[in-house]
Amino acid sequence: MKSYVLAATIFLAAAVPALFAQAPALNGDPYIHDPSTIAFSDGKYFTFGTGGGGLISEDGWTWHGGAQRPGGGVAPDVIKIGDRYYMAYARGGGGMSGGHASNVYVMWTKSLDPNSPDFKFNDETVVASSDGVEDCDAIDPAFLLDPTTGRLWLSYGTYFGYIRMVELDPKTGKRLAGNQAVNVAIDMEATDLLFRDGWYYLLGTHGTCCDGANSTYNIRVGRSRNVLGPYVDDMGIPLLKGGGKLVAAASGRFVGLGHFGRMDLGDAVEKFSCHYEADLDRGGRSVLDIRPLLWKDGWPVGGDNFWGGTFEIQSERSGFALELAVEFVRMAGRGGGFGGGRGGRGGAPGAAPAAAPPAVQPIQSQRLYDVLQNWPAGNIDLRIGDYMMRPHQKWTITPVINAGGYPGSPYFKIQIADTDRTLAAAEGNEVVTVPSYTGAPEQLWRIDQLTDGTYRIMPKAVPNSTEPVALIAVGASTPTLAKFDPKSQKGRWTFRKP
Amino acid sequence: MKRALVLLALAAIWAAGDCLAQPAAAGNAQGRPAGPPDNPPRTLAPYFTPATLAPKAPDADGFLQRWLLLEPINKPNRTNTVFTDSYVRNAFNTEYFPNQFTVVPHDGDKVKAGDQELTWHALDSTGFNVKLFRFAYGLNKTTYGVIFWAVTVVNSPREIQNSRMAVGVNGASIWWLNGKEAVDLFTDRRMKMDDCVSKRLTLNKGRNIIRGAVINGPGMSDFCVRFIDENGEPIKDITISLDGAGK
Repeated sequence: MKSYVLAATIFLAAAVPALFAQAPALNGDPYIHDPSTIAFSDGKYFTFGTGGGGLISEDGWTWHGGAQRPGGGVAPDVIKIGDRYYMAYARGGGGMSGGHASNVYVMWTKSLDPNSPDFKFNDETVVASSDGVEDCDAIDPAFLLDPTTGRLWLSYGTYFGYIRMVELDPKTGKRLAGNQAVNVAIDMEATDLLFRDGWYYLLGTHGTCCDGANSTYNIRVGRSRNVLGPYVDDMGIPLLKGGGKLVAAASGRFVGLGHFGRMDLGDAVEKFSCHYEADLDRGGRSVLDIRPLLWKDGWPVGGDNFWGGTFEIQSERSGFALELAVEFVRMAGRGGGFGGGRGGRGGAPGAAPAAAPPAVQPIQSQRLYDVLQNWPAGNIDLRIGDYMMRPHQKWTITPVINAGGYPGSPYFKIQIADTDRTLAAAEGNEVVTVPSYTGAPEQLWRIDQLTDGTYRIMPKAVPNSTEPVALIAVGASTPTLAKFDPKSQKGRWTFRKP
Repeated sequence: MKRALVLLALAAIWAAGDCLAQPAAAGNAQGRPAGPPDNPPRTLAPYFTPATLAPKAPDADGFLQRWLLLEPINKPNRTNTVFTDSYVRNAFNTEYFPNQFTVVPHDGDKVKAGDQELTWHALDSTGFNVKLFRFAYGLNKTTYGVIFWAVTVVNSPREIQNSRMAVGVNGASIWWLNGKEAVDLFTDRRMKMDDCVSKRLTLNKGRNIIRGAVINGPGMSDFCVRFIDENGEPIKDITISLDGAGK
């Protein structure tokens, strides 16, 4: 074994910038209001907002302007059916200049990429209207393609009366002949619909928008066994009587969450897009974000993007902790018996009082430099073992901002706390630690929160492989890299305070 | 949300968006924004019907649907975000008309509030909630930036202790039972049944007077009120009679 020069390898905590506060709302220029559900076209992510433009991202983490759509107006939504992207948006209404007369339009294109020859919007048609007097304001449309029936639904409406639903023809995007709108909620905005496990969910925004840091927008939900309702919240209050269970609201530096859009990435990874009325770290501008969508007791819960810290990485399979495969070093200090004194397990019943025990003193936790000199200098393998709060079991996870990312997040480096020793994918789908971080793609990790709140950990790349794999507990005590199985606990991990 | 008057900032975004606007695609013949019919007759229907002299029971969920509503008092506000506790208290502590905290008016009674002459209307709401916006709109009155006063009389067949008044309101409001403040709802709120609930109180056997004041800036305004018992269940064996104020 080769000793380390401790001073060279132990990092001062102060050297780590203020990384472990709240995750930022995406990278780049994610400025938008009323973003549509994020769609994937021509190898890129797209979202469209009020006004006519929108945002494009290559990886879902860094976003810039450039998306285009005709028509102007407000609050579009997008859904892909077959080879068409249907886009709905509204003109008029919304209370602008005090008016609530509005039309919802639907049009379609075969590409959302303005550089594609297939980028051409067709067949714009009105699918819903409000006359400015009735209890409805026909803006903020949202699609649902019912996976059980193939029927296409559209919700719309605002605080001005009812949220309504109409049925469209999934082959054309046009309103079905004779279809009558149905009231499904009151006093919501920016509704969205989704289906999961036999339930239809109607999400929408409560509160006040468009007032910067004072906006109270927050996302609520009700559910129904029938797509046309009645939608009811977890307290049994109908959405037609103002009900709605909270999904996500202001936190940290983000104010006024609105315009929910679901992203089902598969393998038990779901996310949602939204805008913040004000990102206090971006001058109070309205920005896009993508966050984990969790499910608890049949209800959607807005999660927070993981942003690193120092953790035990616990396997859901065994409850053991990911650790370096190094010699276990016993801590100083002996056991002090099991209580002592009369009647305790440390003394015989009825025995004469023992001499006063020495004063109880705390025991110092094992420190990195108590053990570091015993660690090999080169690569060190991994295993999964009983968590004992030891240095070889504590991991510092740090976002790497400019190395790409995935929807909602950058990649991370995962290192033994206070060292440069870094978790890396190795050839043959194995996992090791290397002595130093180089920024190589096999040292970057994608961390997605799963719908149950646990995490999936995937390397950005594996040497000489293109197969997507995740960190898996192939044995109770043995980690490897393998295809993630959402039905198994083997690939689920929890980050716990060390 | 209440977007009225708060989307000015988006006008700039729209202007930017317009540069992307293309000729309307085929099939846009219907593309003009929908609008109301010319000079539509305004009416309280279908949101209200005149209250009658016959006692009225609450609805199936216990909501009180019979109220005396005063035509809106002008109180201009360009935004709803100003409705802090102190703002609302100050607004309602202002005397707008004589005996505003004690009067049990009759249908058609008139009051002077500043330079406004306002009329009380005894009405039954057709829904569980009382749509104040529709009340004002239907009477050709100001709908935004206003204060509404509402009064009703609940007759209880027995003394009901440990009951609570449960209120939801779009706007900000304060509610009184038998002259004593029972529930307040500050800030810009959206209406949700049972949003704010009073502390435990006693409904007297016989006559109980409920009074509410609602302030709203831009946007719709409505309220719903019911009484719930100590188990949270709606109290339904009461009637509303308006002291003979009905028609």
